[in-house]
Amino acid sequence: MNNPGKIYGYKRADGRFGTRNHVLVMATVSCVNGVINRVAKEVPDAVCIPHGYGCGRGGRDREILFRVFSGIIRHPNIGAVVLVGLGCERSNIKSLLPLIDTSEKPVTCLNVQEEGGSLKTADKAVKAALDHLSAISGAKREPMDWKDMLVSIECGGSDAFSGITANVAMGAVSDWLIDQGASVMFGENTEMIGTAHVLARRAQNSAVAEQITQMVERAEDLTKQILGKKAGLAISPGNMDGGMSSIAEKSMGCIVKGGTRPIVEVVDYGQPPSKKGLILQDGPGYDPDSLTGFAASGSQLMFFTTGRGSPAGFPGIPVIKAASNSRTYRAMEDDMDINAGELMEGKPLNRLTDEIIDRMIRVINGELSKPEANRMDVFTMLTVNPSF
Amino acid sequence: MKDSILIINEKDNVAVALKDFDAGQKASAGDMEPIRVLEPVPAAHKIALRDIEPGENIIKYGETVGKSTARIKKGAWVHAHNLEGGR
Repeated sequence: MNNPGKIYGYKRADGRFGTRNHVLVMATVSCVNGVINRVAKEVPDAVCIPHGYGCGRGGRDREILFRVFSGIIRHPNIGAVVLVGLGCERSNIKSLLPLIDTSEKPVTCLNVQEEGGSLKTADKAVKAALDHLSAISGAKREPMDWKDMLVSIECGGSDAFSGITANVAMGAVSDWLIDQGASVMFGENTEMIGTAHVLARRAQNSAVAEQITQMVERAEDLTKQILGKKAGLAISPGNMDGGMSSIAEKSMGCIVKGGTRPIVEVVDYGQPPSKKGLILQDGPGYDPDSLTGFAASGSQLMFFTTGRGSPAGFPGIPVIKAASNSRTYRAMEDDMDINAGELMEGKPLNRLTDEIIDRMIRVINGELSKPEANRMDVFTMLTVNPSF
Repeated sequence: MKDSILIINEKDNVAVALKDFDAGQKASAGDMEPIRVLEPVPAAHKIALRDIEPGENIIKYGETVGKSTARIKKGAWVHAHNLEGGR
């Protein structure tokens, strides 16, 4: 594609651009989910996030909790926020606020223990959400540069075609994005097992190469420890039937979605990158957890390739779904944006790539992706220890 | 003519079958010289793009995905019977 097409976003106080302009209504602990659900009924235009987190965990889980919550609240797709807390939870509003620059965007804070109970809190949250919607509705999109974009790529519910259709096309899109100056992130450390040497060779310097090697080693050790020695190291009979002959081949089919450009940085789960270019996230393969990590890192658009057919999206951030085969595409057309299975029917790779880029530009500029239109919002996050 | 195989990277010595092949059928992608497929190959499986010596690397995605354990003729099916993955 010679003319990359212009992209427009909502410029935020911190200099980042949003591809959307949403009001976020989020629980700071699962105990108040009922309040969030009431607001969701009354204010369907708000992005409402009930979830299962906020208390009863410590150590690395506490770090992740605060990083993810603050990353989502500060996300450039969010124009204003209503935070609903309980009051006594770990990630209570008072502890969260220092991580959020409230001069960046309006943030309304309500605690159920202080507002007169759940119903009164819900009423106040509804009013605040409606006020915010009205206040931000006049915001206009402005021209943005590709360097303002962080695009993430996930693959889930993979099948034998994922690694030869959808992920190959995504690799070409990833290279195109990097060449335009955008940043691209992919993760799923367990799916890199067997390819650490390939990724490390593509690292921009030896420090990044070392980080990659250690990340994949940790993922491999943990997989062995929890799922048994052979897990993740062998390929299944189903993989073999699908034409994969080795673990290296299977993992290459996963990491090919990141393209071929140098890897400039490894970030922790949910951590915003400090560099521009191709970024690896040290995060899990479980799709909803992985998407939350990308979102907290600041991704304003996510791709999701799927073989078996996952409908999952993410609250407030467009997720573009690419089916790896035509059967899944036709079976779930409601949920699929792109049919990469057309490669199997002889469509040239460069034509499919151009179509994906074209669709991506339209979605950046406001066209709804399928999970967005369907409100297939999922919000879960990585936890590494049990609750207490 | 429609592509019947996919060559993912120009360094690859195997291509991916885009359909189920019978022995003797022609396979090609883009403007390449068609190759004759020597044996049945299921869709999504690999076909050798050139003769491969025993012990030679099998290259897909531009990377080594295994070593050949036999002499593999151009147009032959490449899978676990003639590819050793290591590990």
